[in-house]
Amino acid sequence: MIRLGVLLLALAATAPAAAETIAITGGRIVTMGPAGEIASGTLLIRDGRIAAVGADVAVPPDATRIDASGKVVTPGLVAAGTALGLIEVRMVAATDDRGTHKRDLSAAFDAGYGLNPDSLLVPVARLGGITRAIATPAYDDAPGRELLFAGQAAAVALAGRPMLMRRGVAMVLEMGEGGAERAGGARGAELVMLRALFAEVRDYKMRRTAYDRGETRDYTLSRADMEALIPVIEGRMPLLVTVNRASDIRDALAMARGEGVKLILEGVAEGWRIAGEIAAANVPVLVTPIENTPASFEALGATLANARRLADAGVLVAIEGNGNHREREMRYNAGNAVANGLDWRAGLAAITINPARIFGLADRVGSLEAGKDGDVVVWDGDPLDTLTRPVAVLIRGERQPMTSRATELRDRYLPAILAPIEGETP
Amino acid sequence: MGLRLKHLGECVRWALLAAAMGMASGPAGAAEGPFPSTYRPAPAAPVAIVGATILTGTGAEIANATLLIRDGRVEAVGRGVAVPDGYTRVDGRGKWVTPGIIDAHSHLGVYPSPGTPSHQDGNEAVAPNTAEVWAEHSVWPQDPKFRLARAGGVTTLLVLPGSANLFGGRSVTLKNVPSVTTQGMKFPGAPYGLKIACGENPKRVYGGKGRAPSTRMGNVAGYRKAWIDAADYARKWDKWENDGGNGNPPKRDLQFETLAGVLKGEILVQNHCYRADEMAVMIDIAREFGFRISAFHHANEAYKIAPLLARENICVATWANSWGAKMESLDGIEENAPMIDAAGGCAIIHSDDGLLIQRLNQEAGIAMAAANHAGLSVSRGRAIRWITANPAKALGIADRVGTLEPGKMADVVLWSADPFSVYALAERVWIDGVSMWDRGDPRYRAPSDFLLGQPGQEFPR
Repeated sequence: MIRLGVLLLALAATAPAAAETIAITGGRIVTMGPAGEIASGTLLIRDGRIAAVGADVAVPPDATRIDASGKVVTPGLVAAGTALGLIEVRMVAATDDRGTHKRDLSAAFDAGYGLNPDSLLVPVARLGGITRAIATPAYDDAPGRELLFAGQAAAVALAGRPMLMRRGVAMVLEMGEGGAERAGGARGAELVMLRALFAEVRDYKMRRTAYDRGETRDYTLSRADMEALIPVIEGRMPLLVTVNRASDIRDALAMARGEGVKLILEGVAEGWRIAGEIAAANVPVLVTPIENTPASFEALGATLANARRLADAGVLVAIEGNGNHREREMRYNAGNAVANGLDWRAGLAAITINPARIFGLADRVGSLEAGKDGDVVVWDGDPLDTLTRPVAVLIRGERQPMTSRATELRDRYLPAILAPIEGETP
Repeated sequence: MGLRLKHLGECVRWALLAAAMGMASGPAGAAEGPFPSTYRPAPAAPVAIVGATILTGTGAEIANATLLIRDGRVEAVGRGVAVPDGYTRVDGRGKWVTPGIIDAHSHLGVYPSPGTPSHQDGNEAVAPNTAEVWAEHSVWPQDPKFRLARAGGVTTLLVLPGSANLFGGRSVTLKNVPSVTTQGMKFPGAPYGLKIACGENPKRVYGGKGRAPSTRMGNVAGYRKAWIDAADYARKWDKWENDGGNGNPPKRDLQFETLAGVLKGEILVQNHCYRADEMAVMIDIAREFGFRISAFHHANEAYKIAPLLARENICVATWANSWGAKMESLDGIEENAPMIDAAGGCAIIHSDDGLLIQRLNQEAGIAMAAANHAGLSVSRGRAIRWITANPAKALGIADRVGTLEPGKMADVVLWSADPFSVYALAERVWIDGVSMWDRGDPRYRAPSDFLLGQPGQEFPR
């Protein structure tokens, strides 16, 4: 009974505010779901959820219509690896909640707390077609670099309440050069340390009661950190590992295999070199396809062909944006991957259904299917192209304002440029 | 000339005008000093690109047009231009041609890849005035990003020192050609630039060290003191020269030489400055000491004073997408460059980044699309100027590059599609009429010395 009550409360809390029926009609609907692509169809949203999608969907008379004739309709974009909800101005520390430098709180750091739905970054990202995001912790331990884990990522919605969609969707860890530095300067130390920590967490898990009585040996991590890592060693929470060099990716795959840890790889600049191995391990990747410079010794093989080659090998690929204030560029990153050989549908999947699958959100978002949340974007053309803009964005069935602080600034200053008044000082 | 005119066909009117411009000599200050350019374009057969849509950089978009390149120069451009015998024909049907892309703000070579501590050569952050340093002495020509930028259509770039200092040092204009030495890349006769930085960076770097400047007013005091000293130095030299150059000349001072070069109009001020109010202060400083600011860089708030900047003839080099990392960039908007353009100003899309430099065409496309969405009316012919003719102006080389007018250096890009689209790839790039990039030819993918023999080089970047 109590459990049912909690469930009902949870449902009430996440129930969409919109008790409205919306029909998006006449558009080319790219569902990214079982319905595939509909050349000219109707998408029906009722009470915040998708009620129907298809070529022959009857529009109820009370429905609010959005005419999408000549336009492209896609699922709302899902942005992995973002700071959305966690940051306002990077150089203003008080507005940056991406991470902590407290030594006894690394794995336990939870990006699902302290989320700011009023962030100025949110409307800007929405105007890039993004409706859901993974708020991802970032290390804040320089110059000591003593934290092994950056913390836990959270899935968020970019409109409606609550902003938090799902807590603890991944545990963030950097390996390779950064991880080695955190472990004292060598990769070998990092891998040994990681295995030792996981062993301690297993040990702790069996001796929690004794631990609380002070009857266990000392552990390296704090209680909170070890608690946070239990779902990781149990394979319930994926370990999101940033790693780039081919040999480091192999090490990460081997570590995960040995520890029974579920893995998501991020960065993977040289992933294409061992794409078959990544695919065989059934490990998904998050990539930024435009990152083709040999920016470090762990990314010497970076190439624009990375996303395509990974996808061709059968790896589940999600494409990231350009970080912090530049998440709206995610769709262009996907477009660049397509320009460099990735199939167009795979490019769109990499910013919709694939990230939804990778973070366990595909039951709610990522494709246009009956029953899923009403996250929809109507575009005036190809959503991956620089020359295209969204003309309507819906989140949880609610139409979003197509404005941001930036458009308000634009509109404040545009009149003086369009019709300058003689003699007026700007 | 006569020979050229024979092929002009239905060329647009400005072409004739421009031919004369191309003959003009370089601006003051273009004379080679120490570290002279050793760049000499290789001889190349004449080329005809036939049937492409050409964005000339002058504002025109010409469908189904022909571009003739001969002796490293643009020979003719227009519809119905006949292709003489002996020209290598390039099929441009369904494709687009633009002038070579010019990046007005780059740190290639001074912050190369890989970004090791050994390579951090862009900021001499030991004193707020380091006008004496020259970026070209930090440039590593083996930076693999030069080749990547070439594949993005970039033919000329301004490499600047960083923005830690009030006066960061001299910038250098490079042709994006493979070379073992930096002198082999230097744009012959291009004027030097001086990097000045406003705002948060200098005050953070030096305030953090417990020394001046630690505030914006400290920044301004620092600029003014330096200009007073530089004017004094210039007067000493003027006096010596006016006295017939007899006796011992005043002792040279590298820092003052650069600043005095600005006061004489020979060195162009490239001013990192985000906020509208700070730009207005810099304009007044320039007026106080009698120099010009060539361009404000980054300038996220330029749209707030667009008419002023247009009146002052100061270019604005900015982005479409970057905003918000700092308080001074919080008000950045996608339409900044198009709003400068609409006010009659000189708008530039720049990179300041080793990834963005590879797709300045897309960044311009984003700004153009945003502007048109907001009710402005920006044509492709207009928008291409943000990454060609206008940066050429800001760099003081508009008489030689930036447009496809007869007589100009034949820096040309052939794009696979509408160059503002995410799908456009630079298929061919010519610099001074010499083929420098061919997407279909693996020889052009030869990596820099650094990448030779390194892992993972078997596929195009």
